[in-house]
Amino acid sequence: MIELTDVHKAFGENRVLRGVNLTIESGTSMVVIGGSGTGKSVALKCILGLIRPDSGEITLDGRDVTKGDRDAFLARFGMLFQGGALFDSLPVWQNVAFRLLRGSLKRPKAEAREIAIEKLRRVGLKPDVADNFPAELSGGMQKRVGLARAIAAEPEIIFFDEPTTGLDPIMSGVINELIREIVVEMGATAMTITHDMTSVRAIADNVAMLHDGVIQWTGPVGEMDTSGDPYLDQFIHGRAEGPIEAVR
Amino acid sequence: MSALARLLAAIGRAVITALAGVGRVTLYATDAVSHLARPPFYWREFGHALVQIGWLSLPVVGMTALFTGGALALQIYAGGARFNAETVVPSIVAIGLTRELGPVLGGLMVAARVASSIAAEIGTMKVTEQIDALTTLSTNPMKYLTLPRVLAATLALPLLVAVGDAIGIMGGFMVGVGRLDFGPGTYLKTTIDFLETWDVVSGLIKGAVFGFIVALMGCYHGMNSGRGAQGVGRATKSAVVASSVLILAANYVLTEVFFSA
Repeated sequence: MIELTDVHKAFGENRVLRGVNLTIESGTSMVVIGGSGTGKSVALKCILGLIRPDSGEITLDGRDVTKGDRDAFLARFGMLFQGGALFDSLPVWQNVAFRLLRGSLKRPKAEAREIAIEKLRRVGLKPDVADNFPAELSGGMQKRVGLARAIAAEPEIIFFDEPTTGLDPIMSGVINELIREIVVEMGATAMTITHDMTSVRAIADNVAMLHDGVIQWTGPVGEMDTSGDPYLDQFIHGRAEGPIEAVR
Repeated sequence: MSALARLLAAIGRAVITALAGVGRVTLYATDAVSHLARPPFYWREFGHALVQIGWLSLPVVGMTALFTGGALALQIYAGGARFNAETVVPSIVAIGLTRELGPVLGGLMVAARVASSIAAEIGTMKVTEQIDALTTLSTNPMKYLTLPRVLAATLALPLLVAVGDAIGIMGGFMVGVGRLDFGPGTYLKTTIDFLETWDVVSGLIKGAVFGFIVALMGCYHGMNSGRGAQGVGRATKSAVVASSVLILAANYVLTEVFFSA
């Protein structure tokens, strides 16, 4: 279980997180929605320790994430970055097997390659892309490689940062479906941040909406449409009028 | 009065910013070097960096040394002729190159070639979240990106300087023999007779320090790159400017130390 308690983070004058409280139960899929620049990515990076919160507590299974063995902590996570964040100096299979080629999870090269190819197949890519470089792939394929890398070491927890941004609707559908399938078959805990409502409905067990630095609403995806929360309603229906000020 | 206060405040701000920068670079350098003692060490990245920084810089350093050696021979001949001391050409060319021009010009050329490419590469990695991705994959960017490059540059630069010294002396020899009527035997003999081991060694030590500066500045500015293409552009520029100025400053300090020794 991941638990954020009263997490604050400011960048200079800009107070991005102003007391975030959020619980993600093990084995469930939480989707965090919210407008651009509301701090969704910051919250996610705080959990991973890529950004240090100014105050508040973040725990994983009851233990403070900032304490203890960092390697062991990170080995439990997989992450799909927004732009893929593939290492462009390495061929696709070495990107996927990155964690398996070094550090505590290191294994023989041939075995790592085999696992990489298996994971590539899992995300719908043929083995012949394994030796290509990331720059030679389309956006959708790069996303899939990023997904294969995130699941390569069989993590317990997977984070997805805007998994469908920049993809066409059909490819978005494919990625959403893949994420759902993988999370279910691995029994992983998932946290996704997105503002794509199709994604939300496809991936989420639970939804949380981040607005003005706090969680405005949280609940099961089924209750999202009947929440009665004016902020959430405005967001999921994409209305220009409402309590959330849109900059014109 | 308030105008004076504003002026003082502006100066104060600039000084504080500069000192904070020095502090950050020092902490960064200490952190990078401290990883030497803590495994793992990424040999593949180190080998790759050696090729990129050392081997591929040979042409540019060699050309620089060749032309500098030739020009130096002509200049010293012209200067020496004013007091009938044309015969000093070979020894001054050799001493000037090994002690000063070899390491400094070599360092500056490598700064232009290597600091820029390191800063642009790491800066782009930062902007496209590849650095964050490294961290989430349990790989310390300091160990994986910075240490191999800094170590490779520190070891490669003295070798580049040594090769540059030899090529530069050959440049002087070619001009001395071809243009200035020195006998090939005499030229070489004068070069060898007057050149001391310390002339060469002090230049190589300078090279190691300059190599450290170049890679450190490239990595530091890349890691602290701002967002977008503009951020990476600015990081690249800062890396080249900072490493060039630091090389010249360090050169003076080292020369002062070596001179008193």
